[in-house]
Amino acid sequence: MLRTAGLPRPTIACLPAHWHNTPERIAPAVREKIRGIGRNYERIFVLYGDCGTGGELDRMLEREGVERIPGPHCYQFFMGTDEFTETAEREPGCFYLTDYLVRHFDRLIVAGLGLDRYPELRDMYFGNYTRLIYIAQTDDPALRRKAQRAADRLGLACEVRYRAYGELAAFVNRAMVPAGD
Amino acid sequence: MSDEPEDEIVLSELDDGELVQQMHDDLYDGLRDEIEEAVHILLERGWTPYRVLTEALVEGMRIVGIDFRDGILFVPEVLMAANAMKGGMAILRPLLAETGAPQVGKMVIGTVKGDIHDIGKNLVSMMMEGAGFDVIDLGINNPVESYIDALAEHQPDILGMSALLTTTMPYMKVVIDALKEKGIRDNYIVLVGGAPLNEAFAESIGADAYCRDAAVAVETAKELIAERRRSNSAAMNVA
Repeated sequence: MLRTAGLPRPTIACLPAHWHNTPERIAPAVREKIRGIGRNYERIFVLYGDCGTGGELDRMLEREGVERIPGPHCYQFFMGTDEFTETAEREPGCFYLTDYLVRHFDRLIVAGLGLDRYPELRDMYFGNYTRLIYIAQTDDPALRRKAQRAADRLGLACEVRYRAYGELAAFVNRAMVPAGD
Repeated sequence: MSDEPEDEIVLSELDDGELVQQMHDDLYDGLRDEIEEAVHILLERGWTPYRVLTEALVEGMRIVGIDFRDGILFVPEVLMAANAMKGGMAILRPLLAETGAPQVGKMVIGTVKGDIHDIGKNLVSMMMEGAGFDVIDLGINNPVESYIDALAEHQPDILGMSALLTTTMPYMKVVIDALKEKGIRDNYIVLVGGAPLNEAFAESIGADAYCRDAAVAVETAKELIAERRRSNSAAMNVA
């Protein structure tokens, strides 16, 4: 995305994605990252959703004076706020995947929820879901096939919505404009 | 030479103490068929359904809960254990009703509007039922009207609300505010739970307590009901 826009490359720091399953670890770890690397940088932005921290991430970021992309989930800023809100209200039983989650479905969803060890738990986890929506960042037939296989495994219908980087693109473009411009 | 492995345990050959101990192990390992078989054996030996429930199932799940809290067991293992307990409960539930097992209180529970995640809510329902509560489970995706109708119909001691999503948890306040508007908020103990919640959130929306897991929900419910009954009885004595 940055290459396409001809923007300078920032330094990127990440946390383990499987912490989605233990969201209480996210805010303290982001704070440690900010305090650990902050002194070396002019500006810091957080590109995570709230991801189940119950607002704790935003409360911590306010104290640290760091801006985050708005939205409770990455699904929202990839899909776009209006569309996501409308979809979630109309059909609360949608299970969302992004490119990243499709690529790592077996590790993060199947193994993360223990479905590799206990396949009989599938309906306990997913019995109330009605549909899997793959919010695609790239137009990749291989990932679409993988998303379909993931939906089959969960017993859900599959829908693909190609939305590229959605609101993330606008946020990053704005963030990468040097301060003072 | 027998084909059976040497360490095969035949449940019906165990004495009562050994069998209950084995049930705790089988619950821990999520073995539903074995739990169902053992429940039948204890009933055939003359145990009351209530005794089977408390000494074998609830005690077994208490051990599971402790190891979950201590990070020894994880969610999938707890769900397998819960599934095994569910098998036992299905056998005991009709018998408990027939034999007049003690009732600790009544609870209406459901996940809030927009939220279809019911694993935590189902665990709480089951553990509350195991602890002697009459549980009316409203299921998932409940608008405020469902809660209010159920409260009017069942007159419970407790209202329980559950949410997994950051986007749906604020709806708990909508429900509590609706109860306040109708002037019935203080008729009920309101307990809330779900992964993104915490005590500060529960306090900010006007709930009575946040329960971080099913075992805490049971303990909190018992404590708050006892407290409420003490203050009601003190008020009656004054009058």
